[in-house]
Amino acid sequence: MDLIDEGPDGNTPEFSVSELAGAVKRTIEGEFSYVRVRGEVGRVSRPRSGHVYLDLKDDRAVISAVMWKGVAARLDTPPEEGMEVIATGKMTTFPGQSKYQIVLDDIRPAGMGALMAMLEKRKAALQAEGLFAPERKQRLPYLPEIIGVVTSPSGAVIRDILHRLRDRFPRKVLIWPVAVQGQSCAPEVARAIEGFNRMTPGGALPRPDLLIVARGGGSVEDLWGFNEEIVARAAAASEIPLISAVGHETDTTLIDYVSDRRAPTPTAAAELAVPVRLDLLGFVGDMGARMTRAMGQRIEARGQRLRDVARALPRAEELLTGPRQRLDVTGDRLPQGLRRLVDRQRLRLSEGAGSLRPSVLVRAVNVERGRLTDRAARLAPALDRLAVQKRDRLGAVAARLSPRPIRREVAAGQERLANLSKRLDAAQTQRVGDLAKRLDALGRLAETLSYKATLDRGYAVVRGDGHVVTTKAGAEAASGLEIEFKDGTLRLGGTAPKKATKPKPPEQGSLF
Amino acid sequence: MSETPVDEMSFEQAMAELERVVGALERGDVALEESIKLYERGAELRKRCEAKLKEAEEKVHAITLDAEGNPTGTKPVEGL
Repeated sequence: MDLIDEGPDGNTPEFSVSELAGAVKRTIEGEFSYVRVRGEVGRVSRPRSGHVYLDLKDDRAVISAVMWKGVAARLDTPPEEGMEVIATGKMTTFPGQSKYQIVLDDIRPAGMGALMAMLEKRKAALQAEGLFAPERKQRLPYLPEIIGVVTSPSGAVIRDILHRLRDRFPRKVLIWPVAVQGQSCAPEVARAIEGFNRMTPGGALPRPDLLIVARGGGSVEDLWGFNEEIVARAAAASEIPLISAVGHETDTTLIDYVSDRRAPTPTAAAELAVPVRLDLLGFVGDMGARMTRAMGQRIEARGQRLRDVARALPRAEELLTGPRQRLDVTGDRLPQGLRRLVDRQRLRLSEGAGSLRPSVLVRAVNVERGRLTDRAARLAPALDRLAVQKRDRLGAVAARLSPRPIRREVAAGQERLANLSKRLDAAQTQRVGDLAKRLDALGRLAETLSYKATLDRGYAVVRGDGHVVTTKAGAEAASGLEIEFKDGTLRLGGTAPKKATKPKPPEQGSLF
Repeated sequence: MSETPVDEMSFEQAMAELERVVGALERGDVALEESIKLYERGAELRKRCEAKLKEAEEKVHAITLDAEGNPTGTKPVEGL
């Protein structure tokens, strides 16, 4: 470098970019070879390389930070976004990108308060999700066959657990070795819980039926891995019942809230995990003894009852004596009775049969026959007698039947007839006489009233051709006239009438 | 009476059932015939429980992991 070079810009030296970047790098690294910075962790990224990149910031500035793999693994409390931290390291530049950054040796929470505040926040979030809910808790198996233990393979913790298991009830134990502090603690623990759950029961790697996640006591930072969200989530998701036993009794980490049971110590976890075998043996033995005793008592009681009942039961012999005696007596009497009965019946038979002889029957028949003949003999006279009787009665009745009364009646009838005839004649004669008298009277009356009387007084009746002529014209017309006088009729002219001797009676002649 | 075959019972189930059977026998309120069946079942349960209690063998293995932290198998652990 020529420091005295004259140029248009005076004596300002000229650098190449690399030279300048290198100068800056030297300056910064020299000036800030060891710094201690307080700030909030910003974005954190953890690529597979294992290095950790993060931002440190406050309200006005941001500085990029990098933590190499080895350093990160050593950390008790891995940095997390939002965490208030105190970091130490040296400043350096990254010339390729015109950047500067701090290479961290250490980063730790800026005091308990900051760490706890963050833990509280996380806890509240998980609780809001319901991960702590009592109903999520699974019941621990009473006697697990295989116990999976997630812990450091070396150290007091696993030894304590195994010892206590051995004391109580030796079991199969599968240890999943993990780092129990530092950066890799949380991911390894989470992975172990998930790995155990992925195993199949009875497989090459048999799946445990109980998990214990354990760690001995330590500082808050030491236990920090068990406060990580991934651990809490893995424990909450575990389908295998899980006991957490992290730190001492006073240490409560996030996993304790989500585990199915929390044990204050690893030893206590073993106690929660299995019952005491000897107790169980005692229990089973006791049960067996009680069962046998109960059964024995049962059988004894039954036997006693049976004996009692049997005693009360009379002997068969005794039961049979009475009836057997009766049977004997009756049996003895049976033929005798039978015989007696036969005798009695035979007697009745012979009594009956004795009187039953043909002569008796013949006698009876003869008696009946006699009666019959007798009756028959009486039959014809009786009939005759009856006939005579009837005839007599007929005769008597016939005798009473004579013509005299009829004749008498006829005579009486004739007499009455004659009488009546006489009276009829008399009546007839009288009646005719009466009528003749009346006729005379009437004839006389009719005489007096007739025109003939007028003839006496000088009047005449003129007739022409048979008819009374009362007019001159009539008289003229007539061929001849007849004049009737008191003493007879005079004919004038004409032909003589054939019979004009007696004038015809007038229209109104006799009343008869 | 539970119909679960004794062979399929867990230790805990077998124990609870045994306790129940003993209780029933002690109360003596079942018929003699039934109590004989109960006794037989109790004896079976007791055998089952004792067999389970005899299976008290300690076997401790640690899971071996590959570089990525995946389980590859187990190895016996001794001396703990």
